[in-house]
Amino acid sequence: MELERFLFLTVDGLARGAVLAVFALSLVLIWRAARIINFSQGAIAMAATYLAFVVTSATGNYWLGLVAALLGGAAIGFVVERGVMRYVSSVNPLNSVIAALGVLLVIQAIIGMLFGNGYHPMQVPFSQSPLPWLAGLSISAYDLFVFACVGFVVIGLAVLFGKTNVGLRMRAAAFSPELARLLGVRSNRMITLGWMLASALSALAALLVVPTELGLNPHSTDAVFVYAFTIAVVGGLDSAPGAVVGGLVVGVLLSWVSGYLGATLSPVAVLVLLLAVLLIKPGGIFSVTKERTA
Amino acid sequence: MSDLLTLNGVSAGYGPVSVLHGIELAVPERSITAVVGANGAGKTTLLRTIMGQIRPSAGSIRMGGTDLSKVKVEDMVRNGLALVPEGRGVITELTVDENLRLGGLWRGNSAESSRTLAEVYELFEPLQNRRKSAGHQLSGGERQMLAIGRALMAKPKLLLLDEPSLGLAPRITAQILQLLGRLRDETGLTVLLIEQNVRSALSVADHGVVLNLGRVVAARPAAELAADTDLRHTYLGF
Repeated sequence: MELERFLFLTVDGLARGAVLAVFALSLVLIWRAARIINFSQGAIAMAATYLAFVVTSATGNYWLGLVAALLGGAAIGFVVERGVMRYVSSVNPLNSVIAALGVLLVIQAIIGMLFGNGYHPMQVPFSQSPLPWLAGLSISAYDLFVFACVGFVVIGLAVLFGKTNVGLRMRAAAFSPELARLLGVRSNRMITLGWMLASALSALAALLVVPTELGLNPHSTDAVFVYAFTIAVVGGLDSAPGAVVGGLVVGVLLSWVSGYLGATLSPVAVLVLLLAVLLIKPGGIFSVTKERTA
Repeated sequence: MSDLLTLNGVSAGYGPVSVLHGIELAVPERSITAVVGANGAGKTTLLRTIMGQIRPSAGSIRMGGTDLSKVKVEDMVRNGLALVPEGRGVITELTVDENLRLGGLWRGNSAESSRTLAEVYELFEPLQNRRKSAGHQLSGGERQMLAIGRALMAKPKLLLLDEPSLGLAPRITAQILQLLGRLRDETGLTVLLIEQNVRSALSVADHGVVLNLGRVVAARPAAELAADTDLRHTYLGF
């Protein structure tokens, strides 16, 4: 009985953590591309999830909603970067934080005006009850779908950044925009592309996690953003593997704490973890070593 | 020999601070032109202006039939210019291989790029053994090789180098300057070299240009400049 509960909590935590990892990856992407912590990421993802909700409600097809969320997320990312963030002075990092918080408020207000503040239940494409042939592990078909999506994203990003020319250009523009321009890279375009990709990823994460919670509401990604932010900092804001591992660790931690100690304690546990990492290794667990200076 | 790059009456600066005043400069094809001068003479500003990072407030910069003062920084490489920036500007987070690939990406032809990549590795053997090393793991000399190799990946008509000898051992500096001479002779590359290390630069260059407080004070064959003791004493401090 004890073991079964432990397995259930662990698997549940891994599934939740995998989604949080995708969200954290989206924060890492924007941080790497533009050195901005995008506090409006949750709102962008939430708006894209509303788009999925509208499309799925109208057509009855989950997959069309998924595509709409990805494309809609990318489009919102494009508008936010080209319309607002590009013009924010980078002299003081606080400027971009305030601008992003402004975008967050605007998006939440627009969605609130359009859809109200009530909860909309969202459908999922697969059952959320444990699969009989994996009874001991308490994995549902939906969990498997989530793992598959996250695996696809992680592999896709690794291929994009490690193997393709576009990925190389994006990394160059992120690390050294001026030098990249001298080498013929259209750095501004690459930064916009980074925002679009990140926003589509966060939309996917929101679409995966929202149905497993209370439902869709203008604030339904607020907590997800806080957890993902913690994960990104814990893993090291510059590190994609850090976001993935951090996501799984935080997901399991949240699940164990809420399962064994009580649900109200899980946000506290995450903040304790954040504090501990910031005190012991402020660059994040996976932060890379400093540049050789000699 | 016709001129590949010509600057006519170019003035430029940073906001209200004017650094270059009416620069006249001609870089003949298939030659090495060295721009020398003391600290603060405006050498780096001159390169930044040619590369479009600073726009001239007056004058024209022409290469072939193109007016470079209207070309965007990211399009300079498409017009045949490649810069080796000051301080061994490699992207330290990327590997040697990635830095080099990046240099040739704008051409979009992968077969041709891999051929050029092989040539560059042949030219800089030490880099071959460090293909997978990140830029920050390289020594100063290796980084300079990488920065030059990356610029060559772009197959430029005009190679611009900003203080390639800075912080390098004399032996490495000599090797790099010799290499530029070889590239000029074997591939017909045109080089515009900015140097504080006047003696070495003039020893390899065909033409020398002395810059002082943002003005060209002499433009003559390099050997002549090197032999002009008065000029050296007045502007170059040796």
